[in-house]
Amino acid sequence: MNPAASALDIEIRLLLEAIYLRFHHDFRSYSMASLKRRIAVALPRFGCETVSALQAKLLHEPDTFNALLQYLTVQVSDMFRDPSYFRAFREKIVPDLRTYPSLKLWVAGCSTGEEVYSFAIILDEEGLLDRTLIYATDINPEALQKAEAGVYAVERLSAFEENHRLAGGKRPLAAYCTTAYGGAALSRSLRAKVVFSDHSLATDNVFAEVQVVSCRNVLIYFARALQDRAVGLFKEALPRRGFLGLGSKETLQFSPHMHAFEEHVRDDRWYRRC
Amino acid sequence: MLSAPKSYGVVVPRVPAVKAVCIGASAGGIEALTAVLPSVPADTPIPVFVVIHLPPGRSSRLVELFASRCQARVREPLDKEPIGPGIWFAAPDYHLLVESDFTFGFSVDEPVHFSRPAIDMLFTSAADVYGEGLVGIVLTGASQDGADGARAIRDAGGFVIVQDPMTALASTMPAAAVGRATPQIVTTLPEIALLLRDVARARES
Repeated sequence: MNPAASALDIEIRLLLEAIYLRFHHDFRSYSMASLKRRIAVALPRFGCETVSALQAKLLHEPDTFNALLQYLTVQVSDMFRDPSYFRAFREKIVPDLRTYPSLKLWVAGCSTGEEVYSFAIILDEEGLLDRTLIYATDINPEALQKAEAGVYAVERLSAFEENHRLAGGKRPLAAYCTTAYGGAALSRSLRAKVVFSDHSLATDNVFAEVQVVSCRNVLIYFARALQDRAVGLFKEALPRRGFLGLGSKETLQFSPHMHAFEEHVRDDRWYRRC
Repeated sequence: MLSAPKSYGVVVPRVPAVKAVCIGASAGGIEALTAVLPSVPADTPIPVFVVIHLPPGRSSRLVELFASRCQARVREPLDKEPIGPGIWFAAPDYHLLVESDFTFGFSVDEPVHFSRPAIDMLFTSAADVYGEGLVGIVLTGASQDGADGARAIRDAGGFVIVQDPMTALASTMPAAAVGRATPQIVTTLPEIALLLRDVARARES
């Protein structure tokens, strides 16, 4: 490591501090390597040569922040991304969920909602959706709006359908959406079971007890301290025997909370609260 | 101190100064990696990071494949795993990054030059952390990926080796790296294997 922080590192720290003070979004404990890359990609789009210039622009033209937020948080997902994760949910977790009279799931960092609807569809196919409520949270209001609208480009449907099939899908995906004007809209019966809400794993607290938390490819963007905070929230939100699902490269192995969980489906990163 | 391939007459890195090696390969990469990775000694004290582009959706058998061919330990890291010596392959569908606390970072940001993992992402983040202690190697490929990353390594004072495009199965990627990064060494796979063996060997102290 370089002994002294580079000018760029200092500028980034100051930018994140400015964002926190001015907009109350806390990126100060994010993983630096990918944040650096995202900021580098954003700079030319804002006509800025340096991170300091971007900081000045943000402070003096606060409307810029929403556009920057899209660069800092953009996340790409698909319905039933990593089908084996959803297949494991269906086969190794749903049978347990049947024993509950009512169910709550929390999709943390839901971005534009693809995974939220994936869970809703599986729960409907398994006859559990009627007694389920899904909390879908994110820090990006624009992403949340898209998630709530539940409309995806028609071109993406065939990939979604293939994933759905690999995840053990029981009906054609077309049963859950209507296509018009180049968009596929998820049916109202699914959307009615989801509460979309602004929530930050960096600054907010637990809001409900839930039986399942799914938080995939969100923790990879957090540095260790923030990961620990987020997993702490999940630990608090889950009762004993509750389930936590992570992304395929994410692990509790290096977490101080690892002893609060046991591996439930190891290869698909499903953990169980103990 | 190594002796450079004579025809290039360049200064090669002082071995003790090398803290890590990163390698990028694309089309023809499995064969090229098979020619160079087995020369990493079993007791190497440094990490060797590898990004190879694979067709999307294919689950990776790289670790199994190369574990049987290499003396050094071959692994695929997990998020925030501490970096240790041995060969580390980037997982399919994630960018692999080096964090400044010497752990692995991951991202699912957009593909770079149509690739995730991208060589540029690994090289650039590793250059940030290892500076002049980093050796970057760009092998065969039909992509522009790796050129900007190799440039970043040079800018940070590190050392860049590129497979001679004339000898590469696909010349686009090494040619782009030569053009963008003015590497210290441009040479054949057998020479790269020897260089890798030397920079990755155990330190006598």
